[in-house]
Order: sequence, then C-alpha cells, then structure tokens
Amino acid sequence: MIHLENVHKAFANGHAALAGVDLEIARGEVFGIIGRSGAGKSTLVRLLNGLERPTAGKVEIDGIALDGLSGEGLRALRRRVGMIFQNFGLLGSRTIFDNVALPLRIAGADKARIAARVPELLARVGLADHRAKYPAQLSGGQKQRVGIARALATDPDILLCDEATSALDPETTRSILALLGDLNRELGLTIVLITHEMEVVRQVCDRVAVLHAGRVVEAGSVADVFLRPRAAETRALIDEDGEDARPLAFDGPLARLTLQGDAVLQPVLTRIARETGTDFVILDGRIGRLRDASFGQLTLGLSGGNTEAALAALRQHGEVAA
Amino acid sequence: MSGWFANVDWSEIGQACLDTLAMLGGSLLLTLALGLPLGVLLFLTSPGQVWQNRVVSGGLALAVNLLRSVPFIILLIVMIPLTVLLAGTSLGVAGAIPPLVVGAAPFFARLVETALREVDRNTIEAVQAMGATTRDLVFRALLPEALPGILAGATVTAIALVSFTAMAGAVGAGGLGDLAIRFGYQRFQTDVMLVTVALLLVLVQLLQMAGDRLVRHFTRR
Repeated sequence: MIHLENVHKAFANGHAALAGVDLEIARGEVFGIIGRSGAGKSTLVRLLNGLERPTAGKVEIDGIALDGLSGEGLRALRRRVGMIFQNFGLLGSRTIFDNVALPLRIAGADKARIAARVPELLARVGLADHRAKYPAQLSGGQKQRVGIARALATDPDILLCDEATSALDPETTRSILALLGDLNRELGLTIVLITHEMEVVRQVCDRVAVLHAGRVVEAGSVADVFLRPRAAETRALIDEDGEDARPLAFDGPLARLTLQGDAVLQPVLTRIARETGTDFVILDGRIGRLRDASFGQLTLGLSGGNTEAALAALRQHGEVAA
Repeated sequence: MSGWFANVDWSEIGQACLDTLAMLGGSLLLTLALGLPLGVLLFLTSPGQVWQNRVVSGGLALAVNLLRSVPFIILLIVMIPLTVLLAGTSLGVAGAIPPLVVGAAPFFARLVETALREVDRNTIEAVQAMGATTRDLVFRALLPEALPGILAGATVTAIALVSFTAMAGAVGAGGLGDLAIRFGYQRFQTDVMLVTVALLLVLVQLLQMAGDRLVRHFTRR
C-alpha cells in the first residue's frame, strides 16, 4: 500500500535527513518506525502525505506517485491520509466540535453531514461529553483523542502518527495505543507510527523498521526485531527499554532461551530440571507481550546433571543460543 | 478655576479632540486593512512556510524596515507630494492620514507576522495534512489562532498612531498635538499643554483598556 524506493531527502542547509530509504508497508498493518531524535523519522513520515518532498527516490501510495501530485490531487490524497502529532496540533481558538469538524468543512461537507459525523467520531474516541469545551480545558490524553477523531473525520485509509504519545505519561500512552490498536482492527486502518520508544513498538506494532542516520538498518516483524536484533543500533534501543545490557558472570554453560506463543505458559524449566537433574540459574530475563502475542526470553546458567540432555530438551520448546 | 486655565479655549480644544479622533480612526482603519494582508504575506513567504520565497520575503522585509527606520517627522515631509496626490491636500485631517498609514502599516504588519509565528507548527501541519488550501489555512486556522496576538498588535499600533497624530500636528494637521505645540510650547501656555496631554492620556488609556478587553475575550485558555 505504501511503497518507498531509494528515498533521499536533503535540506537546503545540506543536512541529509534521509539517505536511501526503501520501505514496503502493507494494507491493514500497524507499522512502527523507531529511531533516535535526528534519525530522520519525522521527515520520513511527512513524505507520506506530501508535507515534505523527497530530493530523490519514489514515494507511492496505492500505486499513486506522490511527486506527481500538486494542488487538488495532493489535497485529495491528504484526505485519505490522517495524521496526529506530538503536540496534538489542535486549534486553541475552536471548540472540540469545531476542531473535529474542520477537515469536513475543508472537504466541503454540508452542515447535516457535519452534525451527524462529529458526534459519532467523538463517541468513538470516548469524548462525547466534551464537544463544547476548548482544547485548553482537556488533559493531554484527551487532546490526543481529539486529534485522532479529527484525523479520522474524512474516513482515511492510512493514519500517520508523529511521536503521538511522546508528550504523554505511561498510563495515558497505553490507553492511546490501545485505541489505535482497536481502530486498526475495527476499521482496517493502516497505521504508520514513528517513535523513539521500544515500548510503543512492542505494544501496538506488527512490523517495525529501525532508522539510523537516515537509513533503515533493520526491518521485520516486531518479534524478530525485538527478540533477535541484528543491528547494533537496534540492540541499543532495546537495552534502553529498561534492560541492563551487562550480563551477570556465571561459571558454567550458558543458554539464551527464546519462547513464543503457548510455550511461554508451560512450566518448561522445572519439568526439564526434574527430568535431567540440571538446575537452572536465571541470569537475565523478560517475559511479556508483543502486541497480542506472548514471549519470554531468558538467559540461563546450567548447573549439574546432564546439561547436554537439558539443552536438547530446551530446544524442543524454543530457540536456544549459547 | 477659570484663573487656572485662563488660556484654554474649550471650543478649540473640542475641535482639536474631534480632529485627533478623526485622524486616529481613519488612519487606524486603513493601517489595519493594509497591514494585515502585508503581515500575512510576510509570514507566508518566510522560510519553511507554504509560499516560501526568498526574493519576495527579502524585498518585503527591506521595504518594511526602510519605512520603519525613517523618523516619522521626516516621513511627513518627504511624503507631501504623494499625500497631495492621494488626499488632495497635505493639510488638515485628510492630509495627515496618508503619512500616518504609511508610517504605521509596516509596524502593524510586523506585529501580525510575529503573532502568526506564535501559532504552533504542529497546528499548521495538521491543517495542511487535512487537505487545506492556503486560503483555508489562512482564514480557518492562522488568523483565528493568532487573533489575540493580532488584536494586541492593533492596540499597540493604535497607541503609536496617537503619538504620530501629535507629531503630524506640527506640520499643519491640526488636532491636540497641534494645540500642544502652538499654544502649550511656543506660547508658554502651560495650562493648554496640561489639558491636551491629559486628553491624550485619557485616549491612550481608553484604547489600551478596549484592546485588553478584546484580547481577553478572544483568548481561550
């Protein structure tokens, strides 16, 4: 649905924000783009609705090349691509109702349609009672919900999220991400989300690309990238996600066990310990969810018994790396 | 009482008040009407905005700075031929309005531009991302969002115009400034000076209060 080919973007001051990006984003997926500030994420997401133009390369949405668009063609495309922002981008001088109605008014919708559609959108994001308020009277999470309602007003196929939760506290972030996940499932909305937080990618994304210095250094399913990172930049981002990168010293054989799906809920370690006589020391570990799937990843020290047999048994439940 | 204000001719003061108000009203209206679009243009052509254009923006900035750096009293004199062309005379209320507008409109345009710069970058992008035309962007987003700042700028401009009208009085425009100079200053009639300055002060106070009220009315925080 979204296709980027060898996209470059250099600014007038000579700074190269993007240096050859290829990306393929499928209809109906939640696609994360993660990277540090300055990696080019904001520029990349703005190419997808023509707020920025590439200096070279191809950007296509549903086969339509964006660089050929201007005037009415570009405005028509923008009505199909909603966008939400870190600072929400609401109009402080307008009520919540008028903020959500704005894209409809710009698209030339009549009064009856606006009067029907806006309450529907506000109800969808849980703000039905706030229509007459002004943005300054709302909390950050509520403001982002208004932003989402406004972005959905013209029934877009794609929603772009520019650090949409970076200004929010962790609890509000979770509720906004849950809303985005619901919209993706219920409306089949394709979501492209940029963030610098691995936590955001883990909670809501299906696939992810890691952007570093204007290039995609790694891309794939969130489980692959998160559990089996290949690029050093990806590992660094994961380590920042509440992990201590320094392993504990253990005198004996080590195994890194990765479990996904049902295996996470099986009593794997105790069963193998009973069967082989090998005891396990847990040196590092994390257990949790990637969007809706469960995962566990443990670094184990093996002690006593038949360690070879224990390693073989571990391999039957998940991946083992030494 | 009459002993204290022996030199004050109250009917002349009344006429001067009316002249000052007429000059202020006429020039303020035209200043706002010219300065607002000029300020919007300064903003839209500046780097990073929808009509960014180095030549237009640089040219406008130079013209604005040029007009703002000419002392108003000089502007009054250099403009006389143009004033006669526009107003038919360089004297009286009508003759004062063209130089007042030329002096104040660039100043107001800068204040409008500054107010527009205060509009959040994400807000502008959000409206563009909806598929807005530049016209939509200006009338549905930029001007409503910047309205409190623009009104505050209009207040400052109106007060600057009050002092400009006093200066215009020195070259035959009439009004309270003219009385202050001719009688208060040149004939040492301190009482006339006091009355005119007090009236100008009342005018400035009223303008500031009205401006503050408008700004408050349109601020949603």
